[in-house]
Parts: sequence; structure tokens; C-alpha cells
Amino acid sequence: MERVPVLKIGDILLVSIQIDMEDQVALQLQEDLADRIVGTGCHGVIIDISALDIVDSFVGRTLATIASISRVLDAETVVVGMRPAVAITLVELGLSLPGIRTALTVELGMALLARDRQFTLPDDDEDDADEAVVTAS
Amino acid sequence: MTTGDDIAAMERLAIRSDQDVVRVRQLVRTLAVSVKLSLVDQTKLVTAASELARNTLVYGGGGTVDAGRVDNGRRSGIRIVFTDQGPGIADLDLALTDGYTTGGGLGLGLSGARRLVDEFDIDTVVGQGTTISVIKWCR
Repeated sequence: MERVPVLKIGDILLVSIQIDMEDQVALQLQEDLADRIVGTGCHGVIIDISALDIVDSFVGRTLATIASISRVLDAETVVVGMRPAVAITLVELGLSLPGIRTALTVELGMALLARDRQFTLPDDDEDDADEAVVTAS
Repeated sequence: MTTGDDIAAMERLAIRSDQDVVRVRQLVRTLAVSVKLSLVDQTKLVTAASELARNTLVYGGGGTVDAGRVDNGRRSGIRIVFTDQGPGIADLDLALTDGYTTGGGLGLGLSGARRLVDEFDIDTVVGQGTTISVIKWCR
């Protein structure tokens, strides 16, 4: 069975789905991501679906489940790169993906997560100082 | 199916596993491109096929799909027929209601797929199986 790789970039886990996933592959991704969130302590997950030419109810539900699991594990999920035709089809199918945050590109998704939680790269101390100020006030 | 529709050779695939659902998507995508459905209509048809193929697998216990080009003299389209010998659907109206499910899904497969295609016919007999036929026409 194929597997979707999960990459760690700073404080973010990046998943780019490049294959037409079997249902089992989607479920495996759900487990892998939960493990990696706990293992790395990352607070953000970006799922890039720009390569997917369809999102059916199963994949849609999997994305929603991943977002919920992540939230319980103290991580925020952003789904990025949805194609226009996929968005039109999803809504007509009846799935509006409630509870899922979206951004148009990986870059905008990272900006969204950073704004939310003042993400810090490993060697970036400046933001830590800012956080301390925020906490103190 | 409307009388007078001219149906070209249909391709048949078995639906017995997750992998077969992926194959159905790929077959339908290829056919949708071949009759030049618009990108949005391709996406809708492949999505509908994915929902119905999964239903055939999960609720029908597996089955077959036949798909091919159809012409009615004015337009071309793609016709897809899903057949299973599963338990059938006792209450069709309920099964076609958004959000109703017996399988732990979202209950959008059947009702959602119907919205994504132009023609949707369902023939089901309890204890004998279900046949669902859909058509998407080129605009």
C-alpha cells in the first residue's frame, strides 16, 4: 500500500497528497499524522490537495477528521490548494467541510498558522520574547 | 435511459476492493476527457462515480461497473451503470435523503451523486441487489 509522506518544516507538518488515494491510504494518513503531531509537538498541519482532481465524501470526511484530531492534539490544520472545480463539486455534493480552515496556497496557509500562533523557527528567539511580553500583559 | 440513445461499447470493471474504486475513477476520468466534458463536469462525474463505486463495495458487497460513451443525436455523454447483488435498498426515499446512512458514512453518497449527474436511475430489489445508472451530458 502506498503512503503519503509527512514532512516537518519548523513547527509545521506538511502533507502534500500527490496520489489518487485508496480509502485505506487516507485512513493511514490520519494515523500517521496523529503520531507525528504527538511525536514532534508541532502546532500546525498543512495539507496540500492541489494535485487532487477530485475530493469525494470519503476524502472530505477524512480531512475533517484529521482537523478534529489535530485540534484535540493542540495543532491547527489548514487545507490548501483546492482546485476551483473541486470546490464547486464538493459544495454541490453537500460537503462544505465545516471546521476546516483553508488557504489558497501553502504559503498563505503557513502565514495563517503563523498569525494564529506566532510560530517560531528553531533558531528564532525574537518571537519567544514577544510571546513572553504578551503573557505578562 | 432514454429510448433512442446510441450506446457505444461499454467497458466493464469489477468492484471488489478499495483499489477497484480508484480504477473506476480512472476509467471514468479517461472517458469524461474523451467526450470533452468541461473540467467542472469531469470533476462532478468522477466524484459521483467514486461515491457510487464505494456504495457498491460497502453496501452491495461488491459488484461491477459498466461505463461508456452515449449519444442521443444531439449530445454526447458518459453513461455509467453500477450493479451489485447485495441486500438491495428497502426505503429508497430515505436512502436518497441527505445525511441518512446505515454505514457510518456522511450519508451524502447517493443523494450527493444524484445532484452531480444529469440523469440518475435506480432499480433495487430487496434481497436481490441494486442497479444504478447515471448519465452526464456534454453542455
